[in-house]
Amino acid sequence: MSNVHHAHGHHVDHDDHMEAHGSFKDYTIGFILSVILTAIPFWLVMTHQLAPGTTKFVILGFAAVQVVVHMVYFLHMNSKSEGGWNMMAMILTVILLVIVLSGSIWVMYHMNANMMPHMSNDGASTHGMHDMQ
Amino acid sequence: MSEINVTQAGAASADPSSRFYVHEHHPENGTLLGFWIYLMSDCLIFACLFATYAVLGRNYAGGPSGAEIFELGTVALNTAFLLFSSITYGFAMLAAQKKNVKATLVWLAITGVLGACFLYLELDEFTHLIHEGFGPWRSGFLTAFFALVGTHGLHVTFGIVWLITLMFQVGKHGINGANYRRLACLSMFWHFLDVVWIGVFTYVYLMGVLP
Repeated sequence: MSNVHHAHGHHVDHDDHMEAHGSFKDYTIGFILSVILTAIPFWLVMTHQLAPGTTKFVILGFAAVQVVVHMVYFLHMNSKSEGGWNMMAMILTVILLVIVLSGSIWVMYHMNANMMPHMSNDGASTHGMHDMQ
Repeated sequence: MSEINVTQAGAASADPSSRFYVHEHHPENGTLLGFWIYLMSDCLIFACLFATYAVLGRNYAGGPSGAEIFELGTVALNTAFLLFSSITYGFAMLAAQKKNVKATLVWLAITGVLGACFLYLELDEFTHLIHEGFGPWRSGFLTAFFALVGTHGLHVTFGIVWLITLMFQVGKHGINGANYRRLACLSMFWHFLDVVWIGVFTYVYLMGVLP
C-alpha cells in the first residue's frame, strides 16, 4: 500500500511545492532587508540618535515593517497560498492580537492611573498598615 | 484501503497520475494549513505574554530595571544568530527542492548550530541574572521577562530537537514527499520564531533600555 502511495505521490506533490517555497532571490532579498531593518533600531538605541520618546515609535515602526518582510520573503505569505485560508487565519489572529494587546494595555493603564493617588501616598498607606498591625 | 482502490481504478483508466493527484493533493495542503493554524494559536500565546510584559514591564519593585541588566551587544549577537539561521534554513529548503540530500543536511546542521549558539547565549544571560539574585521572583518586570523570553527559548529548544530528528529522517529515507512536508512545517516554525524574536528584541530589549 505504501509503495503504491509513494511511487505515485512522489514527483506530483514535489512539483506542487516547488511553487510554494521561495527562490534563492526571495531569501536573499528578505535577508538583506532584515539585516538593514534590524541594524537601524539597534544603532538608534545604542548611540542615542533621537529622543527616547521618538526612538520608541521609530523602532516599533521598523519592527512592524520587518515582520511583514519576514512574512512575505521567509514564510511566503500571499493571498493565494492554501487557497486564501492562510491569509484568513492570519487576519483573524491579527485582530485577536490587537484586541489582546491594546485591550490589556488600555485597561491596565487606566487602572494604574486611577489607583496611583492611593498607592503612591506612602504616608497614608504605611500608617494604615501600622494601624492594622 | 481507499487509496488502493483509487490507484488501481486510476491505473486501469487512461490517466492514473491525475486521479492520484486529486486524492493526494488535499491531505498535503491540509497538513501545511493545519500547521499554520497551530502557529497562529502559538502566536496568541505570545500575544498574551507580550501583553503581560507590557503591563508589568516597568514594575521593578525596587529591583533592577531593563537598562541595568540588558546587554545590547549580546542581544545583537543573538539576533544575528537567529537571522542567519533563518536564511540557512531557507537554503536547506532550496536544497531539498532540488532533492540534494547532502546539501540539505549541511544547511540543516548549520541552522541547528546557529540555533544552539542562540540558546547558549540566552541561557548564559538567564543563569547570570539568577546568580545576581535577579530571578523571576524578584519583580513583576523580571517575571514577565523570564516568562516571555523563556517561552521563546523553549520553542527554539524544541525546534532544534525537531531539526535533529528530521536530519536523521532525511539521512535515512532521503527527501521523499513526507520528509519534504515535514521540512516545510519546520521551516514555518523556524521562521515564525524569528518573527516573534523581532517583537522580543524591539519591545523587551531595545525599549527596555530606553528611559
